[in-house]
Amino acid sequence: MGEWWTTETSMENYEISSISHVTMSPSRRNNLVSMYSFPFSKSSYSELSAFCIEDNIPQCISYINQELASLGLSSTCIEAISPGGTGLSTVPALNAMYELLQIHRRNMCNLEELEREHLRKSSTLEHVQMSNTRLKDQLELSIREKSGLHETERQLQLKIKTLQSCLKTEKDEVQKLQSVIASRASQYSHDAKRKEREAVKLKERLSQLLVDRKDKKLAIDVLNCLGRADGKRRHWKTTKATSSHENEMYKSLLSDYEASQRSLMLENAELKKVLQQMKKEMMHILSPRQPSIRGATADESQEQADLDGEKGGDTSRESLDQYCEHAREQLTNSIRQQWRKLRNHVERLDSQASQAQNQLESKEVIPRETHEDEMERMRCEVQQCKEFIHAQQQLLQQQLNTSFDDETAALLNDCYTLEEKERLKEEWKLFEEQKRNFERERKNFTEAAIRLGREKKAFEEDRASWLKNQFLNMTPFRHRRRCSSSDGQSALSIRSEPEIRMSSVNGQLAKSSTYTTFSTPRPSRSAPVPSTTELYRTLRLIPDSSSSRHSNRGRWPECSNIEDGETRVRPTNGLRPGDMSIFSLGEDENSLT
Amino acid sequence: MNFSEVFKQTNQLCKVSPDGKYLATCVQYRLVVRDVSTLQILQLYTCLDQVSHMEWSSDSLFILCAMYNRGLVQVWSLEQPDWHCKIDEGSIGLVSSRWSPDGRHILNTTEFHLRVTVWSLCTKAVSYIKHPKACQKAVDFSRDGRYLALAERRDCKDYVCVFVCDDWHLLRHFETETQDLAGLEWSPNGCVLAVWDSCLEYKVLLYSLDGRLLSTYSAYEWSLGVKSVSWSPSSQFLAIGSYDEKVRILNHITWKKIAQFEHPAILDSTKATVYKEVEKRPAVGSDEMSLHSITIGTTLFNTQSKYEISPLPVQIPVVKPDPDRANPKIGISALAFSSDSRYLATKNDNMATAVWVWDMQKMSLQAVLEQTSAVRCFQWDPLRPRLALCTGNAKLYLWSPGGCVSVQVPAEGGFQVQSLNWHCSGDSVILLGKEQLCLCYMDTDQEDK
Repeated sequence: MGEWWTTETSMENYEISSISHVTMSPSRRNNLVSMYSFPFSKSSYSELSAFCIEDNIPQCISYINQELASLGLSSTCIEAISPGGTGLSTVPALNAMYELLQIHRRNMCNLEELEREHLRKSSTLEHVQMSNTRLKDQLELSIREKSGLHETERQLQLKIKTLQSCLKTEKDEVQKLQSVIASRASQYSHDAKRKEREAVKLKERLSQLLVDRKDKKLAIDVLNCLGRADGKRRHWKTTKATSSHENEMYKSLLSDYEASQRSLMLENAELKKVLQQMKKEMMHILSPRQPSIRGATADESQEQADLDGEKGGDTSRESLDQYCEHAREQLTNSIRQQWRKLRNHVERLDSQASQAQNQLESKEVIPRETHEDEMERMRCEVQQCKEFIHAQQQLLQQQLNTSFDDETAALLNDCYTLEEKERLKEEWKLFEEQKRNFERERKNFTEAAIRLGREKKAFEEDRASWLKNQFLNMTPFRHRRRCSSSDGQSALSIRSEPEIRMSSVNGQLAKSSTYTTFSTPRPSRSAPVPSTTELYRTLRLIPDSSSSRHSNRGRWPECSNIEDGETRVRPTNGLRPGDMSIFSLGEDENSLT
Repeated sequence: MNFSEVFKQTNQLCKVSPDGKYLATCVQYRLVVRDVSTLQILQLYTCLDQVSHMEWSSDSLFILCAMYNRGLVQVWSLEQPDWHCKIDEGSIGLVSSRWSPDGRHILNTTEFHLRVTVWSLCTKAVSYIKHPKACQKAVDFSRDGRYLALAERRDCKDYVCVFVCDDWHLLRHFETETQDLAGLEWSPNGCVLAVWDSCLEYKVLLYSLDGRLLSTYSAYEWSLGVKSVSWSPSSQFLAIGSYDEKVRILNHITWKKIAQFEHPAILDSTKATVYKEVEKRPAVGSDEMSLHSITIGTTLFNTQSKYEISPLPVQIPVVKPDPDRANPKIGISALAFSSDSRYLATKNDNMATAVWVWDMQKMSLQAVLEQTSAVRCFQWDPLRPRLALCTGNAKLYLWSPGGCVSVQVPAEGGFQVQSLNWHCSGDSVILLGKEQLCLCYMDTDQEDK
């Protein structure tokens, strides 16, 4: 069908193309028309201009034959019916005509094809030319741009050159100015010195003049001379006096130095005391925590080395009281060593803390969720199983009741019971399987719980030791740890909470929850772990939260309906298949939801 | 806080005797000695001319009155009012006169710094010290009065002479490594002599008493250098204020810089308290009039002011100095340690309205007092860490670590505090106006509380 369509369309296309082709080249059409019209207008042609007239038929025939032979159609030879007669033998003539027509058509086809080709070529040529011109334009543009850039670069370089020259001249200027300043300063100082010398000379002259004048006014007029402030008489200027002055001077200097030395010594002693105390405290801090750290960390050998170093420090401490150079050196060395140790320890603690943080994250956050999930799943399954058993018991009772009620129905039921038995068997199998699964998972869970307990214990120990250390060391990352520990506590409290809630809820929702989860497939392990609340919500175990309450409200009438249905069904025992269907329908519904 | 009545004085010549008992003031050519506690006139001396300089002797027995334009010095005795002494420097002139620490010698510096004449009141003997240098602080006596350091200029070189004041014996004479020595100062314990170069070069030299060069300190080169130098009373620190608006503290052991106090125009991240003086016109309310009916005259003429703690950041007004003029008004011109060496007060010349108080224990800024007008003078209480300052208005400002207070001087007739002096007991301050003086008594009871 499709093929036919396509052929037709192709034919149409062909026609269209031929038409368009025809319309596109009117000149050729004219030619064609003229060519085609030639035979029809033959009669209108004058006999003189005509190719064949009555008289030259044989010549014409021979000519045509020759022409045909030259065209390679030698097989068909037009013959006259009778030599010299005007009639033509029709068969070869027609054959020849046919051949000619065939050739003509083929040629026409070729021509058309060639024209089409030509058209295509010309269009591509045009396109190429266009693109060529465009590219040329682009080239020109880019060349222009390039030249522009070259120009700007040249200008910039010129600018740089001028700036460089400017800088050079500025530098020269600075140097020149500096030298000017220096020369001026030297000139100034020289002049100042000259002036000062002159001034000194003038002063000398002045004082000389004043002395020479015997200035009468220059005098002291005292009523009666005073005694010295200290009551002593004035000493004579003797060598003894000068030496005593020297002595006094040196004495005062000495006393000053002694005082300063004393103060320095006091300060030194104070500092030593502080150092000693620091050392003691450092040792106190470092020594008791060693075993616990050694237990925890892997680098025991280093620890051992540290301990050895500390012992060395101990010996130095003993000799600390001797204030000799050696002891001091040892003291500073030991202090330095211990400081290094302390620093290492702090660093290690830091790394430990970060590790512990990571561990806590991995140990608490992820496992807690998985454990809770697991627990939820387990509980659900327990519930499911219980419900299952319950339902089956109910069904069994129903069956028994109905069989006792009606004898005829019993007979009718037999076939149903068989079917029922089959179904029950299947369900029992399913149940068994689920029970097995449940058992297995329970085992897993208990194992996990044991593992968790062990880990928790380890963590508690770790924390206790760490807290102890921290308390001893008063390290700055105290609160980080505290945060994490409080996290753990909160996690524990959270875990205990839903258990309580679960137990309280279980009684109320036993039926509905089992009903809903009866045939829901167990959540696959590979699925992303949902949060606890989400899980609860999906299991409809949270009556507290508003959203879940809504859903419960939505659900509870449903299950009560089912119960109603069940109770309604009970008196009408004849409708057992319907009952069954209702049950199965509900099941289907749930499985769908 | 109580104020005495106002007395006259001229040339701001008003000094309390070293023992704290007497107050001497000069009123033109008269010298008045009063009892500090009662302010009653004990003695009245008449000098030959208007007094240009007045000084108590160390034993509080004699008063020196110098009349520079006459080249005269007159000495008065408190115990013997009719005893007199007159020293005439004659035509050589007089530019400076001072007591020697023993109170029995007078050192007169003649005009053109030709020489220093040492007159003995005991023997009438006269001795000359030649070639004293004319500079910022060329003469300094050690605190115990035993030694005199004197800057000397000879052959275009600086020298320091150390004299024993006892008998004017030249103990040491050494050349200093300075281009142009500007000043020298003994450490309070009298063992180290700080010598600094002129402002063209930042150079501080520390010499031992025996003339050994202990250390040289130079913070920078080329730009203007040291402007002021001050020892802490404990001799522990040497504070150097310079033209770069910084104070550098040298320690007394290594003589290296241990701290640098900058005086930024914008205070943004500091623990210091910035006290800003806020002036307000007194409200002319009737109740106020009745409340302060006694001081109506003063309250009407004077504006009241109080300190407010201004929140950070604080912009301290800066006056840009004229670069074409010599001695530019920039840099630390005043430095003063409190008596316990705990605080250092500084003043930066291009922030004339602010006084900076630095804590020397924390080596940090403790407080900034921003006044409404330029600070004229500040001085520490000689006993307590308490700073008094004046700004040329009718108020006295006090700072202590506890806070800041502005006190109106209840004197009539536009009393403007130009300068102030603490009494040696720290119980009172002498406030000096242009031609008046007034005593301000601190509330000692309140202080004890």
